[in-house]
Amino acid sequence: MKESRAALLLRLFWTFFKIGPSTFGGGYAMIPAIEREVAEKRKWLDAQEMSDMLSVAGSAPGGVGVNASAFIGYRLAGVAGAVAAVLGIALPTFLIVLGLGLVYRLMDGNPKVEAALLGIQGAILALILVSAYKMAKASLFDKTTTAIFIFSLTLMTITSFNPVFAIAAGLAAGIVCIGIKTLLGRRISTEKQRTSHTPGSSYYLEYYI
Amino acid sequence: MLWNLFLFFLKIGFLSFGGGYAVIPMIRYGLISRGWIDEAAFQEAVSLSGMAPGPIATNSATLIGYRIAGWAGAAAATAGIILPSLLIIICIALFFYKLRHNKWVKASLYGLRPIVTALILISALHYAFPIGFGAAFHWQTAAMLLICAASVVSLLKYKHHPLLVIAAAGIAGIVLF
Repeated sequence: MKESRAALLLRLFWTFFKIGPSTFGGGYAMIPAIEREVAEKRKWLDAQEMSDMLSVAGSAPGGVGVNASAFIGYRLAGVAGAVAAVLGIALPTFLIVLGLGLVYRLMDGNPKVEAALLGIQGAILALILVSAYKMAKASLFDKTTTAIFIFSLTLMTITSFNPVFAIAAGLAAGIVCIGIKTLLGRRISTEKQRTSHTPGSSYYLEYYI
Repeated sequence: MLWNLFLFFLKIGFLSFGGGYAVIPMIRYGLISRGWIDEAAFQEAVSLSGMAPGPIATNSATLIGYRIAGWAGAAAATAGIILPSLLIIICIALFFYKLRHNKWVKASLYGLRPIVTALILISALHYAFPIGFGAAFHWQTAAMLLICAASVVSLLKYKHHPLLVIAAAGIAGIVLF
């Protein structure tokens, strides 16, 4: 019994260890890989559990990839499982990113590398904009959310408003707005209505929270 | 210093709703107001984080920790940003189904999502114009924005893999600059 538990922890660690290095483009790029390994291959969770779990992992603070691995690890083997899964997902990318940093230091000043990095900045900017677009699709669906978005964007662009306060203000604004709408007896929807899926598109939302 | 780094990223970790690029402005604000790192070094850290596999926010914590205090700094910063995820998720897992459908949890997320969208856009702005708008609008900036526009089309319309787009942009950079 004790041995099989150790084996489960090791398998958790190894499963997530393999997912990290193979996924580029941040947390949301990890989701299909996690789904494949955890739901399809190992049958640790079924599709419904997986979908519920992902919406929780995406809404809680922290990266969705790290959160999802912590959640799955916890479900399967308690706190030790969560620790094993998170170590598994974090360790390889930790080493890779440090290695990349070292290589960059070594090649600092090389004009070819500098030029390539300038080009790559364009691509990274594109990745950021794409994730903003996906988030906007999931989050801006009525007048209130659009107003909150425009107001906070303007405020943070023209002043150096602390983003920590923006987060706190957003949490409060949600409660106040929904509270007022409830008092006014309006019909409330706190999430975008899901439209029917086109075949072949991902089963999961691309962005949660 | 190690302890301060750990605490700083621990705080970020507890507030990092939205993950990834939404957390970047928060990290930037804290680091620059503390004078731990300058704009150029921060931009470099975001670039390398986006190129590497794995979560963006965790990657940048690693790189910034390394930059500030070497290997131990990298470990302290990474542990700091990951630990809150672990604690919060364990708490949520304990009360999972009760919390998820709570009206007020949904309400607060309703207000939070637009802020996260704004934060991601802010991180794009800072990233594209690290020294502010208009200040020395260089042809390089224009070329970079052009590569960016091409990459957006390639990612959204043709659904190309991010790694492929990054590689293509790197080659375009060598050709252009």
